[in-house]
Amino acid sequence: MNRFAELLDRLAYEPGRNNKLRLITGYFREVGDPDRGYALAALTGALSFKHAKPALIRDLIASRTDPVLFGLSYDYVGDLSETVALMWPKAAMAAHNNPPPPTLTEVVTTLRTLGKTELPKQLERWLDELDETGRWALLKLVTGALRIGISARLAKTAAAALGDKDPHDVELMWPGLAPPYLELFAWLEGRGDKPVNRDPAPFRPVMLAHAIEDTDFAPLDPADYIAEWKWDGIRVQAVAGRDEHGHITARLYSRTGEDITGSFPDLVPSLRLPGAIDGELLILREGRVQSFNVLQQRLNRKVVSPKLIKEFPIHLRAYDLLGDDANDLRELPFAERRERLETFIKQLDDPRIDLSPTVPFASWEALTAARADPASAGAGDDADAVEGVMLKRRDAPYLPGRPKGQWWKWKRDPHIIDAVLMYAQRGHGKRSSFYSDYTFGVWTAGAGGDELVPVGKAYFGFTDEELLQIDRFVRRNTTEKFGPVRHVVHEGDKGLVLEVAFEGLQRSPRHKSGVAMRFPRISRLRWDKPPREADRLETLEKMLKAEAAEIEA
Amino acid sequence: MRPQDILMPVASGLCCKPGGFHIDPVRPVERAVITHGHSDHARAGHGAVLATQETLDMMRLRYGENFAGSTQAISYGEEIRLGETSVTFHPAGHVLGSAQVAVTCKDICIVASGDYKDAPDPTCTPFELVPCDVFITEATFGLPVFRHGDAADEVKKLLASVALFPERAHLVGAYSLGKAQRVIALLRQAGYDAPIYLHGAMEKITHYYQSRGIELGELRPVKGVKKAALAGTITLAPPSATSDLWTRRFPDPVTAFASGWMRVRARARQRGIELPLVISDHADWDGLTATITATGAGEIWVTHGQEDALVHWCQSKGLRAQPLDLVGYGDEEETEAPLADEAEA
Repeated sequence: MNRFAELLDRLAYEPGRNNKLRLITGYFREVGDPDRGYALAALTGALSFKHAKPALIRDLIASRTDPVLFGLSYDYVGDLSETVALMWPKAAMAAHNNPPPPTLTEVVTTLRTLGKTELPKQLERWLDELDETGRWALLKLVTGALRIGISARLAKTAAAALGDKDPHDVELMWPGLAPPYLELFAWLEGRGDKPVNRDPAPFRPVMLAHAIEDTDFAPLDPADYIAEWKWDGIRVQAVAGRDEHGHITARLYSRTGEDITGSFPDLVPSLRLPGAIDGELLILREGRVQSFNVLQQRLNRKVVSPKLIKEFPIHLRAYDLLGDDANDLRELPFAERRERLETFIKQLDDPRIDLSPTVPFASWEALTAARADPASAGAGDDADAVEGVMLKRRDAPYLPGRPKGQWWKWKRDPHIIDAVLMYAQRGHGKRSSFYSDYTFGVWTAGAGGDELVPVGKAYFGFTDEELLQIDRFVRRNTTEKFGPVRHVVHEGDKGLVLEVAFEGLQRSPRHKSGVAMRFPRISRLRWDKPPREADRLETLEKMLKAEAAEIEA
Repeated sequence: MRPQDILMPVASGLCCKPGGFHIDPVRPVERAVITHGHSDHARAGHGAVLATQETLDMMRLRYGENFAGSTQAISYGEEIRLGETSVTFHPAGHVLGSAQVAVTCKDICIVASGDYKDAPDPTCTPFELVPCDVFITEATFGLPVFRHGDAADEVKKLLASVALFPERAHLVGAYSLGKAQRVIALLRQAGYDAPIYLHGAMEKITHYYQSRGIELGELRPVKGVKKAALAGTITLAPPSATSDLWTRRFPDPVTAFASGWMRVRARARQRGIELPLVISDHADWDGLTATITATGAGEIWVTHGQEDALVHWCQSKGLRAQPLDLVGYGDEEETEAPLADEAEA
């Protein structure tokens, strides 16, 4: 447990993805079965046991320490698990006998079977046996609050690296595996056969597109490509398969392979033909695709109420077919898969699932026109939900990841405003010596005339050279410092105007301005523009009105 | 005579009227008794200064020859009469030359311990317990969440990271007086014998430690070294430098910080530290409470830091205790002057 805690501790501070990978792979190499398997389960969120409530932890510490000292300590540290881990006074007995600390396996397997009444005593014993970091990790684990910025995908990639295997292979077999993953590690270390996924509805690693730039078009022949709309929803994989009894199992996966079936039970009955569809999740009302803001009302819900289902009816728009019954279609060229998809959707004949239409074009000029005006190029009333066009090579097989030159995404021009840089904050990792996180604002009428109100934060979009320039500007034009945050001069004629691109707007009571941007980034530095000429809040509010009307509809 | 007639806090520091001196005064005074060389305790501009030879040397290094009207060096254990009092110096184990000051007047003995630690440190004389009637203790880490553990284990953590990331530079933030030299000495004890690189601000004081016979192995200035040559190396720098422009000369640096504050995650995260090393030159909670008990003092005065918790603890043990409201002392870090030549390079 102490070694696992050490790993978590280090991961919690490490910002770099590759370095995180190395730390995790290093752990897998050093630690044996079954501990490392349970660690992999913890990192991928695959452990399940009843979590302890914070009140239980409070009772434990209250029985061991002075309440005034605990109160002062908790105030200072600000995190319950951490405070308890740090100040836990070991029982005199434990210090004397020095029992060995529990292994991760012991903790996980005990927690699985432990009754509610036995938990406090058991926790107390473990807290006595572990060191500070071990206690911290234990408390995070039992309270179910293991937030250390590791995705399941990253943990699996780190496991794959142990045996120089392709992470996609691990992803493919994953649904068929269970902690402590002995089979998986045996294969990774060359001691065993490749585990087979017997899941009737497995996830297939998704294929992603590159953003196309103006200069990319020249060598491309329009005849080699099929174009389709890029819908502004959620990319999903809808899979149905037959288990050994012939029953259909249906699952909906996010593009990272997370099982999100539970959030969309209304789609499950429609997935009755065995196959794997790559598509976009949308909300349709009276046959019309709604904006992403509307779809967002259905995301991250703990309970999916009948009311929610009725007001926000879910829909799947299909792009591609990866599997047809038991046949894997991924090796086939896209044009052929598309034909199979059309047949499949026709056969399915379900109002909740339809085909994403292709966009006919003969030249890049024609496609440019279609992208500029989707309404008259076939998207009709749904044009507002079109995020751009996708270009797919006719002969491209379905390849996991983001292979070069196969699929391109060509987004519509984003919304643009000119905003004024107000505050800057240091970045992390490689950027820790740069002021690279920017808060920007627009003008609004205040009590004493016009004033800037913050409307968003952005930390990318600029080039390395531009980062250097902004960093220099921030250092030379700081008016106040608050810890890692600098106030940067922002007056009518002094300050830096940033051109900010974003994908959408939402009303937000959490922001002083009342609006929140989707995907904001710095698109250009406007050294030429005096701050007084930056945009006003009214401009954003106008954009909002149109969207808000839609959500309430 | 009451203890507060012997020593009492005033605006310029802790004043000893019957002895005619101040201990670690924050403003210029006629006669100053200085516990150790950190800049919040040892300031320039006093009339006469009494301190250990090392502390006087450090003040001279920092402030130049004329940092005081006159100076007098005193050794550990030596007794000196000042006014109606007798004063002795005893090792505080905080940094090289650091001392606790025992002031005896009539039959009352008060120990002003300055900053101290009871943990082993290869770069200074170990803390000596001085029985007394009133013990003045610091409370920098005066909360039970601060338990520092073995510094050697933290250095092992650093070396493990260097082994795991041989293509990156490891940048260790450490206060330039005391902590930096302790970290270097600990690295040597752990068997690390490669050259260790120093930020410009560390050179003078580190060389002073070496001149006092403290073995630190091969040290090199980092200035002028090519970026690629710094892969796999360890560099010591003042904490303020590890998050600034200066770090751009290192290949993908791992930022570490050696400090007792690193015990608390939020503190480490705020500073953007990737590798927190819990190495402190102050006593931790267990050290503070054990020392207070061992002095046998019936009255405890608590200064700079988390006074509330320590005062509460003393009272719960039946000791008379009160916070001493002294201002101007704190973390060495806050007072460390930035270096003009390195800061914006």
